Amino acid sequence: MTRPRNADSEAEAPASSRETWELRLYVTGRSPSSLRAIENLRLACEQHLAGRHHIEVVDLLENPRLAADEQILAAPTLVRKHPPPIRKIVGDLSDTDRLLAGLQLQPQKGEAM
Amino acid sequence: MAELISAGAKAAVGPVLPKAPTGIRGLDEITRGGLPRGRSTLVTGGTGSGKTLLGLHFLVAGAREHGEPGVLVTFEESAEKVSANVASLGFDLDALQRDQLLVVHAFRVDPAELVETGEFDLEPLFLLLGDTIERIGAKRVVLDTIELLFSAFQDQAIVRAELGRLFRWLEDRAVAAIVTGERGDSGLTRHGIEEYVSDCVIVLDHRIHEEISTRRLRVLKYRGSAHETNEYPFLISARGFVVLPITSVALDYGAPDERISTGLARLDHMLGGGLFRGSTVLVSGTAGTGKSTLGASLIDSACARGEQTLLVLFEESPDQVVRNMLSVGLDLRRWVEAGLLRMWAARPTAFGFEAHLASLTRLIEEVTPSVAVLDGLASLAHGPTGPEVTSMVARQIDLFKASGITAMATTLAHDETSAAGMSSLVDTWLLLRNVESNGERNRLLLVLKSRGSAHSNQVREFVLTDGGIELVDVYVGPDGAMTGSARLVQEAKERGAERQLDEDLSRRRRELRRRIEEGEAKFAVLQDEVAADRTELERIAGREQRQAADAEADRSALASQRWADSAPRDEAPPDEDEAPPDEEEQR
Repeated sequence: MTRPRNADSEAEAPASSRETWELRLYVTGRSPSSLRAIENLRLACEQHLAGRHHIEVVDLLENPRLAADEQILAAPTLVRKHPPPIRKIVGDLSDTDRLLAGLQLQPQKGEAM
Repeated sequence: MAELISAGAKAAVGPVLPKAPTGIRGLDEITRGGLPRGRSTLVTGGTGSGKTLLGLHFLVAGAREHGEPGVLVTFEESAEKVSANVASLGFDLDALQRDQLLVVHAFRVDPAELVETGEFDLEPLFLLLGDTIERIGAKRVVLDTIELLFSAFQDQAIVRAELGRLFRWLEDRAVAAIVTGERGDSGLTRHGIEEYVSDCVIVLDHRIHEEISTRRLRVLKYRGSAHETNEYPFLISARGFVVLPITSVALDYGAPDERISTGLARLDHMLGGGLFRGSTVLVSGTAGTGKSTLGASLIDSACARGEQTLLVLFEESPDQVVRNMLSVGLDLRRWVEAGLLRMWAARPTAFGFEAHLASLTRLIEEVTPSVAVLDGLASLAHGPTGPEVTSMVARQIDLFKASGITAMATTLAHDETSAAGMSSLVDTWLLLRNVESNGERNRLLLVLKSRGSAHSNQVREFVLTDGGIELVDVYVGPDGAMTGSARLVQEAKERGAERQLDEDLSRRRRELRRRIEEGEAKFAVLQDEVAADRTELERIAGREQRQAADAEADRSALASQRWADSAPRDEAPPDEDEAPPDEEEQR
């Protein structure tokens, strides 16, 4: 696997020093896609946001009403709470490139704000 | 509810299909009791066709009238916007939400905000719905517009599979659900969700025909239940969604047997005692036959009883009508001032039928009349084509019937056939006709039909006077019915003959009386004469006695002087001495 080195370094440079990423992952119990999403997110964050991320896993089975408050229709759904603006990524996060794009962790975007 | 269910299932074969009444006037009749419980109903139509409103009405009616809590999941608008939109229709969603009779979940789906990576499902929606249904004991669910989920997510296969699962899941929850879909170019819905929701499908349509907008509803499919299959016009009124079935016979209106007066005692008599309250009367006739006056008379008599009335004018302005009716002795202005009469000059062609019906509905709700008159319905025909007019009239009539209002519609018609399209919709049909003879036109009134009551088959002449309307018997002679001056001549002739007879009799009477008087007078004179004669007779008799006694006395005195024993009487000299007084008496 060729790591997108330049993307990685550029991504890390401005954000890493100051900000902790707050990520919330909405899952529904222990469904396969939920478990996969948790694992995929953990891996991606370790790689790209090492030491500066906080992941909260919310199980909607325990509190279904959060779906209405947080506008969550699908599961799993990853929400980038911080830095703003809020971004949502739906799915089991199996496509890392799309995940990073969704989180705006790609070099051409994101850190500028 | 049980009554409704059994009513709905009357025509169905097999097990009774439980139904949830929609509370929508007309729709419950068409579907024979409402929408299926434990199933989902697809309501599809174009933008602005009223899908959301139908769903909301279903929920509000369930909560308010049947104590069945409901859940609305909207993908189109915010909860606040939904509340605001339907507040004008008298739906207080906020209050229902406070009372836990309604829960609104609004989801804003913006594909631009979402990134998809890999597999997902819609389980959060299921969980939320499940939680809400359980929490408030919901019996009804509306998902509006579920098809927006297709644009929210890129993976259409997942959405499709999840929707299929959602409908099965709703069935398991035994709720009556409405899902709305956007009408597509090729199919019923843009994304073909009718594939999943096939038990009951309602199609809404908002079309513009000759610049007049009309909303229509059709029950395309209702598995396991009989239903009406026609297209029915509907309107969105101040009370929500109203479907107006054209054939009123299918509707179960109350049929009160109270009679109300038309304001014309003789017409009441012809109708067997007046109009049934809540019935509909059609008055048709050619121009100038007094249709409006008949309507005004009905209004006048209702107002005189203190009832609220509504006069819808299609041809004239209120001022014109007040003035015209005053000329026949009907003072409508006082009723307007007393707040008993509301006049509305309607120009249906200017706004379209929908707007007209909506205004009329609002007015009925505002005025709550017990009697309404639609004057000059024919001018509707200036706008759209025939069937549209009939449908329009039918809807107005249904509106009145459903509200229990006694309604009279007057329409210009040249013969019996031209109003026949409407006649099946009304209970009573009065025909006014002009008859031309002897160089004049006269008005005739006849009762063509009157449902449910015996009525006169006779023609009456309809006379407008300063003092109001009079119905006059028509003279039927060898030359046919006589009206106007012909009738007057006939009346005069009969009056003349009567007078002649009267005069003959009185003359004879006078003569006899005179003769009796004469006789009596004569009789009195004769009696006097008899009495006088009798008195004279008595007096004569008295004098004779006196004379006899005197003569006797004289004779005895003479005899004693002469010492005679007897002598003849006539020789007595004192006779001459006493003669003068006798002569005087005699004279």
